Amino acid sequence: MILDYALGFAFVCFGLGLLICLWRVVFAPSIPDRVLALDTMVVNMIALLVLYGMYYGTGIYFEAAMLFAMTGFVSSVAYAKFILRGDIIE
Amino acid sequence: MVIDILISALLVIGGVFGLVGSYGLVKLPDLMTRLHAPTKSSTLGVGGVLVASMLMGIVAGDLSWHELLITLFLFLTAPITCNFIAKAWIARNLTPQDLPPTGTPRNWATLDLTEEPVLPALTPPGQPGRPS
Repeated sequence: MILDYALGFAFVCFGLGLLICLWRVVFAPSIPDRVLALDTMVVNMIALLVLYGMYYGTGIYFEAAMLFAMTGFVSSVAYAKFILRGDIIE
Repeated sequence: MVIDILISALLVIGGVFGLVGSYGLVKLPDLMTRLHAPTKSSTLGVGGVLVASMLMGIVAGDLSWHELLITLFLFLTAPITCNFIAKAWIARNLTPQDLPPTGTPRNWATLDLTEEPVLPALTPPGQPGRPS
């Protein structure tokens, strides 16, 4: 009962955070801001996947969340490296 | 019943921290301050949700350690991303005059875009000792 309300609240919070990040990706003052917003989107998405798994009581979504956590930062680092040096693998 | 309240409190705290992290991304004035919001607040929010998920697994009778693994990866990778974005910002916006001196003959590595020679030098092609 109370758990359902708390789950709904967490869904709303992280969904709103995802929307704010999307707004930031589109209207960003500089390019590193865009990379930062994309990285935050990955973090919010991991939380949403875990919440979805809790809501339906299955363990499948944890595998997806773990894959996100393992590989999500690679793209951010690659973007930042490209901004930094103009090349990814020197 | 008590553990339900505990899980709910963790979920609410995690959700609030996640929302604050994303809102700080828009609200804060400058990129160097904006880096703090996602790397600290959002990571803490996700951590709260993951701990709640672990407690829910204990209630259901099967304790899984995947959540701790996700937390470990997040706590390892968020500072790396933050560091790289800060370096990119320094490279784009600052000159060596804006930064404190390094105290060595070399300049700041982030601002030093010259190609360094490989040491020890590779054997030139055609010489003995060169693999190809």
